Amino acid sequence: MFNPVYLDHNATTPVSPDVLEAMLPFFAQQHGNASSRHEYGRAARRAIDEARQRVASAVGAHPTEVIFTSGGSEANNLFIKGTAAMLPAGTVAISAIEHPCVREPAKALRRHGWRLREIEVDGECRLASADFHAALAEQPALISIMLANNETGAIQDIAALAAQAAATRAWFHTDAVQALGKVSVDFRSLNAAGVHAMTLSAHKLGGPKGAGALIIDKRVDLAPLIDGGGHERGLRSGTENVPAIVGFGMACETAANCLKEAPLQLRQLRGSLERGLVAQGATIFAAHAERLPNTVYFSLPGIDGETLVARLDRAGFAVASGAACSAANPEPSHVLLAMGIAPETARGAVRVSLGRQNTADDVAGFLRALAATVSQLQSLTALHHTVGG
Amino acid sequence: MLKLPIYLDYSATTPVDPRVADRMIPWLVEKFGNPASRSHAFGWEAEKAVEEAREQVAALVNADPKEIIWTSGATESNNLAIKGAANFYAGTKGKHIVTVATEHKAVLDTVKELERQGFEATYIEPQPNGLITVDQFKAALRKDTVVASVMAVNNEIGVIQPIAELGEIARANGTIFHVDAAQATGKMPLDLAKLKVDLMSFSAHKTYGPKGIGALYVRRKPRIRLEAQMHGGGHERGMRSGTLPTHQIVGMGEAFRIAREEMATENERIRMLRDRLLKGVQDIEETYVNGDLDHRVPHNLNVSFNFVEGESLLMAIKDIAVSSGSACTSASLEPSYVLRALGRSDELAHSSIRFTLGRFTTEEEIDFTIKLLHDKLGKLRELSPLWEMYKDGIDLNTVQWAAH
Repeated sequence: MFNPVYLDHNATTPVSPDVLEAMLPFFAQQHGNASSRHEYGRAARRAIDEARQRVASAVGAHPTEVIFTSGGSEANNLFIKGTAAMLPAGTVAISAIEHPCVREPAKALRRHGWRLREIEVDGECRLASADFHAALAEQPALISIMLANNETGAIQDIAALAAQAAATRAWFHTDAVQALGKVSVDFRSLNAAGVHAMTLSAHKLGGPKGAGALIIDKRVDLAPLIDGGGHERGLRSGTENVPAIVGFGMACETAANCLKEAPLQLRQLRGSLERGLVAQGATIFAAHAERLPNTVYFSLPGIDGETLVARLDRAGFAVASGAACSAANPEPSHVLLAMGIAPETARGAVRVSLGRQNTADDVAGFLRALAATVSQLQSLTALHHTVGG
Repeated sequence: MLKLPIYLDYSATTPVDPRVADRMIPWLVEKFGNPASRSHAFGWEAEKAVEEAREQVAALVNADPKEIIWTSGATESNNLAIKGAANFYAGTKGKHIVTVATEHKAVLDTVKELERQGFEATYIEPQPNGLITVDQFKAALRKDTVVASVMAVNNEIGVIQPIAELGEIARANGTIFHVDAAQATGKMPLDLAKLKVDLMSFSAHKTYGPKGIGALYVRRKPRIRLEAQMHGGGHERGMRSGTLPTHQIVGMGEAFRIAREEMATENERIRMLRDRLLKGVQDIEETYVNGDLDHRVPHNLNVSFNFVEGESLLMAIKDIAVSSGSACTSASLEPSYVLRALGRSDELAHSSIRFTLGRFTTEEEIDFTIKLLHDKLGKLRELSPLWEMYKDGIDLNTVQWAAH
């Protein structure tokens, strides 16, 4: 049986067995609506309360700071539009490498008189200090900078950035979707440094799709994005997705427990992967930045990324050529362009993102498949050149 | 043996049908790809499943799959429909919205939010039977009415609004017509090829699908446009960004497929049980059915029991899981705004119980419920001084209560 190796964990992850087990009872037997007052409803409410506790304690937040949403995109939209709705129009400052679900709502604010300021990154995908200070001088009212980038895996020192931004009195948000479960994320210390809100998603860390959260300091005035019924303290209406929320809670707890040994394992796997890639002549993006332990983003000279990932898929290895959400878009990655990478090089980009289930065999197999694929592609190109003269 | 409490709250939410759950689980575990991943088979098979489910949802309401946009549920669908259309067309059509006082909070709160943003709104008060008339609707529409939103089936009293007629009127007026059909799918036929409805909201978890997934029908001919409420990776043709939850979408598709195939026979069975319950309840003195009985889905019975206090009644019948008022607002002790809009007194609104039956309701459960109601109402009324006065022939409306 053809059993492809999944190496695209930054796009999404399988639900882990303990998470599935926790979720199952809430589909059929305990199917109540958490707003109902009878036993079915109260059981659902208790399950949500427990999940809220689990999510909160995994990221060092208080349960009342957790607003459940349908996922990371909604949480990012909720922060940006929800805070902007309560403020006079001003400047929203975001990094140039944000996920579209931060960038697009920030752009959408322009229709309401807001100004969008994108902050540059350096060639290693780190926020450019000089431009960050220049942006702060423009007195932004909202700042959103992702904790870890989905493509390169580069990690920003959010606590330090927030501390530097404190004087602006802006609401400071970080999209921690890719960081959660891969590195330790502590809202309490981030909050102390001046971070007011943080976005989480379940399906990137072994939880189900369809659940996420905005962790938010209660001093922040927030307008809801979705009205009706007043769920989640009036900040997010709609019947709670009980099984997904329960799964989210369990996934956070499991990930927090695994965080002691898992990153080390991943780092070792990634180390051997990167050595193999470099030996094949690959350029590794953001190689000198602090990065998520599972992510490698690379390109090989003269090889198109789209073509390469399609071939690798046929060879049984699932990797990404760009961020999953914008994979329909043939433009080179905006992240790499922001890093000053030439478009020709950016078009070659391939992302490998490892998960807890991946083994040394997976990595070795991938490197072999890559070498074989690349030599095929190179001989095709050579042939083409010969025939074409 | 009966499993207690008996679930008679199918309009709050339904259990996931076992056939639906079976279809969902593989998409959590082995086929877990992100449908937006274009570079590998994990993504493609997830995308294929999402598109199959879109066809299944479209088929139940006779729409084109391209007219179905996934959302996190009917609340989001209602928000997206009303805010999205009102904002998109306000500049060309105007800033007036028409809706009904008995709509779900997801519609009412959305319209209220638009009022805060400078829109004007008219809330049609229904007739005492819960229905609005074509004339009322006509009178409410203005030249600048950009959106009209009327639910197909009311969540508390189950009455069916005359959507087909209202659609004709809205279309003639150039008004975008939105219908919240969260409570209608699987309970009544919906044919969007015939109905002049521009936008229709759906929920999976009221029709034996999972929570956390819904859809919005957005008509293509004539083409209706919306301002997106959630921006990002451009999923759902830019109308709703965010990673698609494959397992939930597959579940909604399967639930709607089952609804399409089984609703005719299922609804007759449920109607029989509901009528049995109705007959059993009508044997009790001083009970009032809320809402029209003819224009009503077969699952719903909403009854006010005079001379008992609502809270004590709920406590007394806790062997059955029912709701007083809608689930979404039943955490508050306010009398149901829907029943108040029908002209019911606070007392009758307070003592109302909504029974909603479903796929797994049995005759035995209905008979148990009838007996329980007879027993408990008898006991509660024995303790009630009001009941005693009523029995003594005193007209309570003429009593002058002394202030203490």
